[in-house]
Amino acid sequence: MSATLSPAAIHVTDPTPLPPHDAPPSGRRSASDGRDTAGDETLPSLSREEVLRYSRHLILPEVGLEGQRKLKAARVLLVGAGGLGSPAALYLAAAGVGTLGLVDFDVVDVTNLQRQILHGTRDIGRPKLDSAADRIGEVNPHVRVEPFNTRLTSANALEIIREFDIVVDGTDNFPTRYLVNDACVLTGRPNVYGSIFRFEGQASVFATADGPCYRCLFREPPPPGLVPSCAEGGVLGLLPGLVGTIQATEAVKLILGIGETLVGRLLLVDALRMQFRNLKLRRDPECPACGTHELTALEDYEEFCGLRRAAAAGLAAPPIREITPREVAAKRARGDDFDLIDVREPHEYAIARIEGARLIPLATVSDAISTLDPNREIVVHCKAGGRSARAAQVLQNAGFHRVWNLAGGITRWSDDVDPDVVKY
Amino acid sequence: MPITITLPNVLARLAEGHRTVAGTGGTLGDVVADVSNQFPSLRARLVDDGGNPYPFVTYYLNDEDIRFAGGFGAPVRDGDEVIIVPAVAGG
Repeated sequence: MSATLSPAAIHVTDPTPLPPHDAPPSGRRSASDGRDTAGDETLPSLSREEVLRYSRHLILPEVGLEGQRKLKAARVLLVGAGGLGSPAALYLAAAGVGTLGLVDFDVVDVTNLQRQILHGTRDIGRPKLDSAADRIGEVNPHVRVEPFNTRLTSANALEIIREFDIVVDGTDNFPTRYLVNDACVLTGRPNVYGSIFRFEGQASVFATADGPCYRCLFREPPPPGLVPSCAEGGVLGLLPGLVGTIQATEAVKLILGIGETLVGRLLLVDALRMQFRNLKLRRDPECPACGTHELTALEDYEEFCGLRRAAAAGLAAPPIREITPREVAAKRARGDDFDLIDVREPHEYAIARIEGARLIPLATVSDAISTLDPNREIVVHCKAGGRSARAAQVLQNAGFHRVWNLAGGITRWSDDVDPDVVKY
Repeated sequence: MPITITLPNVLARLAEGHRTVAGTGGTLGDVVADVSNQFPSLRARLVDDGGNPYPFVTYYLNDEDIRFAGGFGAPVRDGDEVIIVPAVAGG
């Protein structure tokens, strides 16, 4: 199936090469230098250096001079400069996409470097937008980077996305994925989707004129807490390389108007089996975004994803009491009698543990209740405090009244009590 | 030959580590119920309390989204293949 794009979104056959966003910076469509007068004169010309740089593209009939000029004229927005955004940005820059918008508000953390190849060891602590701009500039100084140092929200998404031809979704949470999708449907911009977890990834192209959107695939997000994040569940560092590069490939094909894009298909990537599968996607006639069009404006995506309800439910339930690592260390020093329970997974326990803790992974806490004494004091911990809060809730619901959650988990234990416990 | 269901990695541990499980029945719903009986801890991840698919888990029967092919009422035949695709958000 070939991509069918809204004429406002991309310039394949439309004689006006750019969608109706703000006028491009002066000089972007400068008069030809005499090297590339062929074809659409509204497209920017290539300098001699660019002609040489892109020579492997120019000798491909499917790209050629005109295609390379389309790439130079194109404006692609990357939402997220993390695992997926890294390879996507690097390849789009190398391929000669003229303008890359980047939306991110995070700083580089050492745990990002296992997969986020836009950033290096020397960038730890820097805003991701700064290290991304440096790296992109090194790969291809002809690329203009437009940074948006902000979280994408219902208040700014339409305004930002309207300025671009194509959006590459490299976000890491459900509220932003639905936000990106809806904003793309409302503005008519293709949403080049990619998503990863552990060893598996998904890719597609949503929100084209006739194709389905993300809501056609998943009508609603899972309730908060059901699907762990990559920080909790882990991700193979190479997987975003595979999926992000697929996203970049699709963006380039959309710009050039060549090949068969992933419109109407969901590509499943299984890195463990190294299998790629194509599933058919259809537009859902009942989809509120692209089917019935009852969605005419962006909504509250935290609310849609149940995060506010979860927070409210948390307030209604008896609160989980917290205890700091220093307080636990003081209890031990005093010789207090209590049980310390580690609810992480066995492979995490193998990396680092708090001496004397009993391992009961979260999924097995319910089964282990009969082995615990409800009259004793219990402190539960995990890596950072999230899973152990759920374990504490399970115990509290089962009638344990002397349960404390270790604030900050083993990570903070390492910071505050015992630096010999490695952080991961 | 029964109907095979391919699980995402994340659910395989609830099926004793199997990525592919097999079930029998006249409809997709029957097959899912059969598999849920074989692996009780899978049930809550496959269907909601009413036995229906969740809106954040998409079932494919022979590469077609079941919502456009009769849902859990879709008739199945021996050798059919079901793929379960959960919503994931990592990036």
